[in-house]
Order: sequence, then C-alpha cells, then structure tokens
Amino acid sequence: MEHVFDHVTPYIGYVYPNETDVPWSQLIVIYPYITGLVAGAFVISSLYHVFNIKSFAPVSRFALLTALCFMIFAPTPLLFHLGQPTRAFNAVITPHWTSAMAAFGYVAGFYLCLLLLETWFAFRADIVAMSKVKTGIMGKVYGVLTLGSDDVSPHALAIDHKFARILSMIGIPSAMGLHGYVGFVFGSLKTREWWSSDLMPVIFLLSAVASGVGLLIVLYVIVSKFRKTPIIDETMRGLLYVLFAGITIVMVIEALELLEIFYKAREGVDTVKALIAGPIWVGMAIQWIMSVFVLAVTSGLLIFEVHGKRLVNWLFLCGLAIMVGVLAMRWNVVIGGQELSKTMKGLLTFYPEVFGRESLFVVGVISVCPYITLWLVTKLLPPWADGKKAVV
Amino acid sequence: MTTPDTQVEQDRAVMSRRNFLGFLGKGVACAGALVGAGGAVGAVVSERGNRAFQQNDEQYAEAVNNPPQVPDYNWNDHKWAIGVDTDRCIGCLRCMEACKMENSVQMDANHHRTWVERYVYLEGSNTAIVDSQSDPKNIENTGSETKFRFDNRYRNVKVDKAFFVPKLCNQCEHPSCVQVCPTGATFKAKDGPVLIDTTYCIGCQYCVQACPYGARSFNESRGTVDKCNWCYHRITKGLNPACVEVCPTGTRIFGDRNDPESPVSLFIRNNHVQVLKPEMGNAPNVFYKGTDKEVV
Repeated sequence: MEHVFDHVTPYIGYVYPNETDVPWSQLIVIYPYITGLVAGAFVISSLYHVFNIKSFAPVSRFALLTALCFMIFAPTPLLFHLGQPTRAFNAVITPHWTSAMAAFGYVAGFYLCLLLLETWFAFRADIVAMSKVKTGIMGKVYGVLTLGSDDVSPHALAIDHKFARILSMIGIPSAMGLHGYVGFVFGSLKTREWWSSDLMPVIFLLSAVASGVGLLIVLYVIVSKFRKTPIIDETMRGLLYVLFAGITIVMVIEALELLEIFYKAREGVDTVKALIAGPIWVGMAIQWIMSVFVLAVTSGLLIFEVHGKRLVNWLFLCGLAIMVGVLAMRWNVVIGGQELSKTMKGLLTFYPEVFGRESLFVVGVISVCPYITLWLVTKLLPPWADGKKAVV
Repeated sequence: MTTPDTQVEQDRAVMSRRNFLGFLGKGVACAGALVGAGGAVGAVVSERGNRAFQQNDEQYAEAVNNPPQVPDYNWNDHKWAIGVDTDRCIGCLRCMEACKMENSVQMDANHHRTWVERYVYLEGSNTAIVDSQSDPKNIENTGSETKFRFDNRYRNVKVDKAFFVPKLCNQCEHPSCVQVCPTGATFKAKDGPVLIDTTYCIGCQYCVQACPYGARSFNESRGTVDKCNWCYHRITKGLNPACVEVCPTGTRIFGDRNDPESPVSLFIRNNHVQVLKPEMGNAPNVFYKGTDKEVV
C-alpha cells in the first residue's frame, strides 16, 4: 500500500485527482530565477554602455559576461523538465503562436545572439591584443575569436564602441521583454488564482533586476577579494542606488498584488490565505524578511552616507539577501501557484525530490554551472580594466 | 453466478482489451458483466506486475504509427457532446475502470481521464465535503491502488444531501489547453474532441496547468500528456465512448448535436442543463443536469 502514496503530493481539502502530480517542479523555479539574474546583470552593463553612467564602468564588462554565462544556462532547466527533451525544437520549427511558450526559443535565441555579439564588440580589442601576445594553442584560440578582424586603429575602435552601444540599446528592451515574457507565461493563465494577475510580468521584471544587481554586488566583492584589487567606492554607491530603487518598487507592487487579492476577496480567498499561512509560509517569510532587510539596510546606507569598508560589507549582505529573497519569491510563485488547487477547495504541499531527473540535485548542478562558466570565461576574456581606462 | 460472469472468469486470462470491448459492444451490458469488467481490471494488472498501463510499448507504438483508417467518417458532419445526469449517478466507478482499460490510462490514483466526485452536505452544513475515488481514505478502504471504490465513511453521521458528479474532459469550444500548447501537438478536431498528437508533444505540461478542470495528466512513462478524447477511436466508428457504454444507470449521455433527435440533443433540450466553471469562458461541451453551487 505504501508505494501508492510515494509520488502523491499530500493535500488537504479537495483537489482534482490529476493535480496530485504537480506538473512544474523546482526546475521551473530556477528557470525564471536564472533569466532574472541575466536581466539584472545586463541592466547594470547597459547603465554604463548606453547611459554612460561612469560609476558602473569598472563592472560593466564583467556584468556583460555574467549576463552571457547565465543566459547560456537559462534554457537548461526547461530541457531537464520536458518529458520529451529531444523534441524541444518542435516549438521552434512549428511554433503555435497562440501559446506564450512558443516564443521562448526565439526570444531566448535572439537575446543569446545579441549578448554574444555585444561581448565580441566589447572585447575585440583585447582579443586582438591577446592573439598577438599569446603563443601555442591559446594564441590560435584568440586568433579564431578575432574572426579575422584585427584592426585596432582608433577609427575601428570607435566603430566597435558604437556597435556595442547600439547592441546594448537593443538589449535593454530585449532583456525586459525576455523577463516580462516569463511573467506573462504565468500571469496569462486564468486557471490559477495565484498566477492570474496583470501585475505578474511587472513583478517578475522588477524582482529580476533587483536579484541581478544583488548577484553583481556579491560577485564583484568576492572577485575583488580574490584578485586583491580595491573595491571602487563609487561603483558600490551606484549599485546601492539601483538596488534601493529596485527593492522599493518590487515591495510596493508585491504588496499591492496581495492587497488586491484580499480586498477583492473573490470566491476561494480563504484558500489563498490558507496557502500563505500553510504550504508556502516558510517561503513567504524568507521572501519578506529578506526584502525588509534589504530595504532597511539600503535606506540606512543612503541616509548615513556610508562609504568604504562598511558600505562593502553591508551591501554584500544585501546582495546575498536579495538573491535568497528573490529565489524564495520564485518558489512562492511557481510552486505556490500549483499548491493552490484549481478547485479552490484544497491545498497541496509539494515536497521536492532529492535525486532524479527533476530533483534538487539537478537544480544544484544547473545553478553552479553559470558560475563555473563565468570563471572560465573571465580567464579567457579578462573583463577588468586594472589601471587603464575601460576600452569600450 | 450469472452466465456472463462465468464467461468473464473463463476469458480473464486471455482477454485482451479489444476483445473485452468487443464483448461489451455486442450489448452484453447487464450489471453482472459490468461487475466482471471491474474484476478484469485487477486481473490485467496483477498479470503484468507493476506495469502502469495495459498496452505494452509495442502495441502502443503500433497504435500511434498505424492509426486505424475510418474511410466513411467525415468530421465535418458531426458535433459531439456529452450530457451528465448527476441525479442518476450511483458512484460505482465502472466508467472510470472502463476508461482505464480502453485507453491504457495509468492505473494509479494520480492519472485519470475520467473520475467521479462525491459531494456530501452534513446535517446543518452549508458547504459540501468533497472527495473522489482517489482520496487516500477510499484507496485505503479497497486496499489496492487499481481498484477504486468510495468508502462508507458517512455511515454513522446524518447527511442532509449527497450526490455524485462524474467528470471528464469538457472538449471546450475555446480550449485553453490548445491555446497554450507551444507546438500545436494538441488541437481541436472539427467534430469537437480535443486530441493530442503524442508523437509531437514535447511534454512541457503547460496544457496541464491551463486546463481549468484538471482533466489533463502527464504520463511519465511516455513523457507526454494524456487526456480524455471521448474515445475518439470508438465514436468515429459509430460506437459510444467506453464510459457511456458501461454506465449502468444512464448517467452519461453521448450523441451528435447536429442530429436533433440524438440522445444528447434531447437531453439538452428537455432539461435545464449547465456547464462547469462558465466564468472561464471555455464554453464546455459536457452538459450537467442536477449539479449544485458547490460543484467545482
């Protein structure tokens, strides 16, 4: 008898029999999380490239590489989740355009190409220089990466700069589109009360930017410690401003979303309340405690004009907190939405698998991959402009 | 034991899915045979150990790659619909067992193309207590994950009102599952049913999320989604869906809405019928008589 209940998601109240098999698991939690980090990192990169905000110059190329490395792995959780991963390209070959999901291949593919192109333009001068200096196999690799274009005259560099800037400009709406679109995938489903909200794309987008900034703060601090290079105060202040703006707007909109659900109090609102107090209360607690922490600390850092080592330490904590908070928020949305039964008369409690195709182990591996890739890519294309002015 | 029952007992070891339905199709649909059919479900499963479904992989591949040709059928001539007279349902679950047999649905409690819900108002209560055959208590009561029965848990309490509601795919006019399918693997046939091309489905399960009625499930063994198609292979040959065929009380009524004298046309014309969750805008094609505000 026992094995009957092995794969059944436990529930209370009444849920449709087919609902006890939760369709979207923790892999779908990290998919919007990873694309969100991409969007956030890209925004920081663009703040320098497009808006020419000088304080972001030291991290702009690193932010670009971060966006690229995370984007490479954004579709991986989806592939692991598909029942027939070898057919994944069916959605690209014969897209069914009424489906929000049909656009994913195109949106993600376009954005990935754009990131590759922008990276190439931003690093071309370095690649050319390396191809001249390095010998052996690495010399050949850099030679290939130049794509035969080794002109580094001021005129050519100006063209590079122009192209990188244009690509970055196209990249902003693309990054927004990519992530707003992920919000639409959830928000457009009328079936699920917890998802079906017009604010969903906005919430996804803004929390994405906030988490991406958090990621960049964390990485910048850690990398600088390892490289034993000074952390530039102006850059940290800049990241602080963006983080403060991001967290403020996210919290307001998320609070409005909850308020609307409770205020409208449509049929089944009691089940929604039970969902928050029950299956996802840990996630909700993490999300809101982290958000309040980040809001409080960033406000404090702004009010007291904190600089130097204290700024670095506190902002580093904020970066970690926002990353954890947004991950919890993704869980609350993706898993919480499915824990609230379509009958509105029952609640499921999802327990993730630890090993297997769709498991926490796979999630862990996929989550680590972008960091390793980023480490390798920064070896290949060092993004830091120590001592010299940023090239692009 | 009645003659049909003995017949079923003898055939049990060799009875294939096709034979079984042919046997039913010949009209031996008396109550005795139906009880026999319930037994047959258990028999098939025990023969195959833990196999989750009845068709083996080769048979499934054969059915998918060489679908039967129905030369005389024109899907423009029909508009199928189902009526459900909940006043008649006795919760015997023969419909569900026949469906699982006919369509090789996974036998466990989490995958159904059709199921039955029980609504019970206890004395003095304004809200119904709802359960289905998949309720853990009901499964515990039968002691088997493949034999489904409603338990008798309300034996010692006062009940104001109680009724059963059979559920199946509504084959909506505006199916949200079709809307969200990224590949077009699921589509609406001209004659009504929403079908799945399981050779093209990528298994993303977006349709499972989108269905307001919980009618879709995911077949992990095949990596594709599964749903009720009103036994499309039967109705295109002029037969009733398996669940309609085996229903001992005439709860489920099947027919062609293009034919004003068909059973379902008469059912809809002669009764006050309603659909489930009309606010979703899906315009379902299953019409219920005698449901209640609590029915989800």
